Amino acid sequence: MAKIRIPQNKVEELRQICKSFNYDKNELINVLHSAQKLFGYLPAEVQELVAQELNVPLAKVYGVVSFYSFFDMVPKGKYPVSICLGTACYVRGAEKVLAEFKKHIGINVGETSADGKFSISCLRCVGACGLAPVVTIGERVYGRVAPDDVQKILKDYY
Amino acid sequence: MDLINSPEKLQQLKTTLVNQKKAKLKLEHEGGRIQVKVSMSTCGIASGAGEVKDFFEEKLDLENINADIVSTGCMGYCYAEPTVEITLPGGEPVIFSNVDMVRAGELVNDFIKERKSAVNTIPHKSRKPGGAVEKGKQYRIALRNCGFINPEDIREYIAAEGYDALRMALTEMTPDEVIEVVKKSGLRGRGGGGFPTGLKWELSAKAECRNEKFVVCNADEGDPGAFMDRSLLEGDPHSILEAMALCGYSIGSNKGVIYIRAEYPLAIERLKTAITQAKETQLLGSDIMGTGFNFDIEIRYGAGAFVCGEETALIHSMEGLRGEPGVKPPFPAEKGYKGEPTNVNNVETFANIPLILLMGAEWFSKIGTEKSKGTKVFALAGKINNVGLIEVPMGMTLREVVFDIGGGIRGDRQFKAVQTGGPSGGCLTVKHLDTPIDYENLIENGSMMGSGGMIVMDEDDCMVAVARFYLDFTVEESCGKCAPCRIGNKRLYEILDKITLGKSVKDDLSGLRNLASVIKETSLCGLGQTSPNPVLSTMDNFYDEYKAHVIDGDCPAGQCRALMRYVIDPHLCVGCTLCMRVCPVDAVSGEKKQVHSIDTSVCIKCGACIEKCKFGAISLQ
Repeated sequence: MAKIRIPQNKVEELRQICKSFNYDKNELINVLHSAQKLFGYLPAEVQELVAQELNVPLAKVYGVVSFYSFFDMVPKGKYPVSICLGTACYVRGAEKVLAEFKKHIGINVGETSADGKFSISCLRCVGACGLAPVVTIGERVYGRVAPDDVQKILKDYY
Repeated sequence: MDLINSPEKLQQLKTTLVNQKKAKLKLEHEGGRIQVKVSMSTCGIASGAGEVKDFFEEKLDLENINADIVSTGCMGYCYAEPTVEITLPGGEPVIFSNVDMVRAGELVNDFIKERKSAVNTIPHKSRKPGGAVEKGKQYRIALRNCGFINPEDIREYIAAEGYDALRMALTEMTPDEVIEVVKKSGLRGRGGGGFPTGLKWELSAKAECRNEKFVVCNADEGDPGAFMDRSLLEGDPHSILEAMALCGYSIGSNKGVIYIRAEYPLAIERLKTAITQAKETQLLGSDIMGTGFNFDIEIRYGAGAFVCGEETALIHSMEGLRGEPGVKPPFPAEKGYKGEPTNVNNVETFANIPLILLMGAEWFSKIGTEKSKGTKVFALAGKINNVGLIEVPMGMTLREVVFDIGGGIRGDRQFKAVQTGGPSGGCLTVKHLDTPIDYENLIENGSMMGSGGMIVMDEDDCMVAVARFYLDFTVEESCGKCAPCRIGNKRLYEILDKITLGKSVKDDLSGLRNLASVIKETSLCGLGQTSPNPVLSTMDNFYDEYKAHVIDGDCPAGQCRALMRYVIDPHLCVGCTLCMRVCPVDAVSGEKKQVHSIDTSVCIKCGACIEKCKFGAISLQ
């Protein structure tokens, strides 16, 4: 991972987060949730700081970050595209929808486009199976997406 | 709202609220208020229920029509979202499907203002539990309030007999008596395992603790295609809080924790609101209803790991660790969260508890089959007409679920299979249609109850590809702690992948079976012990399909692209050379204005030709 500098005011904010959880080791996952909300992702520097503050080995923090799919170590795009690949979406053709997004944005799953606008990830079921196949872009949920709709959906974000 | 600092106050409040409701209904008879309920669950909101609700509020206000617009949880009709229920003064509630802005406008004009008869409605389901069980019909216990009450208003829950079971237990019953009722009811864990709930409570009650015991609600609904717990938490959060407090009282715990997936933001929001309201009114927290009993509930978030649904992994995750499962015994009931006795139950299990106490163990145990009591909530999804949330008595047949309640297969296709139990379960086929659904029968037929996801598949679904899909999931979600699961499932996936790509050899079929049984027998936790089930079950039921892939190089369902061939129909081809020019590997040959042909040994099946052909002459066979 390339070294990045986190701005001093955000360092302070992160310290406050750790403090608000009483530096409790049991709260590691909740601390990381808050940290990811603050930074958008969890680069090495953030993990180091969390390890320091909670007084746990860095390896343990990294172990938790890499274990859970919700935590990211690379920044996501401005508009993160998530395609649900749960069973209900799968049997209703989510793979074709995913292929279409990959083609139009020109990146693979887990990547972020060069202009930082889009990133693609796969989800395991958002529980909106009645609307399968489901795609989320940021907070917005798109239901019953057909491969032909993809271009139209993306147009809103260019 | 006033503090509810005595059991009598709860009863008084309930009476007041019920009377208010009755008074309003009376008013309605005299031309009073109209009630509009909008289903505001995740699926509803994603379909535009929010805008529809705003529209009703503005429009009815503008037209000076007296109306109460209420947000409820999921009504269960996911296929028809947004759904709206309208009750005219003196009339019966009517549920309307697919209410977009245009239809909302029509409803205000035609149905509300001009009182024209309702069109495109959904038949109303029965509300009150306690009635007789009807064949082929739903029966609501866990979902009793979902879609009926506003989940963000504790008064509506109280008016629906909410917290009454807790009041009764705290004032009239000993902890042991509560456990006895739950035991006698025959309720079993709804998360998948089917362990008797009362027995679990008894074990936790008897366990010795150092400092304190814990009640944990498992809301880490990771099974893809299952959304029962989400809907319950979004539609009736207080029933879960009440049940957790009841459990706390009976096992001697003052601390509850809800472990919920971070993927369910709306459910988290509604839970938080419910906890705040309950604490503010002294129905949770210290000295509940002035009885001296303390019970507090906090929320912990998951972070996207399927294995955390396993109770020991869940407890590790709650402690801020990687969600890896541990060896049982000791069971969490003896040694769980922070090394203390911990009672872990699933959301739906808890949702049953208050009603069991109110109606009695005998009532509950009369519903269902001999060993599986009560009802089960299922999430119907996939190739079925009425995708949605249903609750049926145990023992109902698959045919009744799929065809009577589910409305049959979409697009008049043939029913092929239902996958129950998600990645840990198996499929049920045509020959199982008349099997009554309960814990034992499903296991006997190579599947399992699981948490309640039911994915319906039709003739276009290739069962080898379905098995591969589930293994892909398991490989991704295996925590990696034990070798059989970490390595074995990966190998299993690779063989399945080879089969769908047409690169398999005959030995692969026996290899699959061997490997699957080894993984089952040697894995550490439930995830690995059940992950080969989709493979074994599809092999048992659809062996011909496997053979077709491996031996004949054919995919009968027409889903595995690698096994298909692109063919030019000589009658339709006009020889325009377009396909020849777009083919990236020069697999198409032929002269201009002559019929072309595709060399299948060169073709990479990219599909470019089929897209370009203006005459529909190229097809996949």
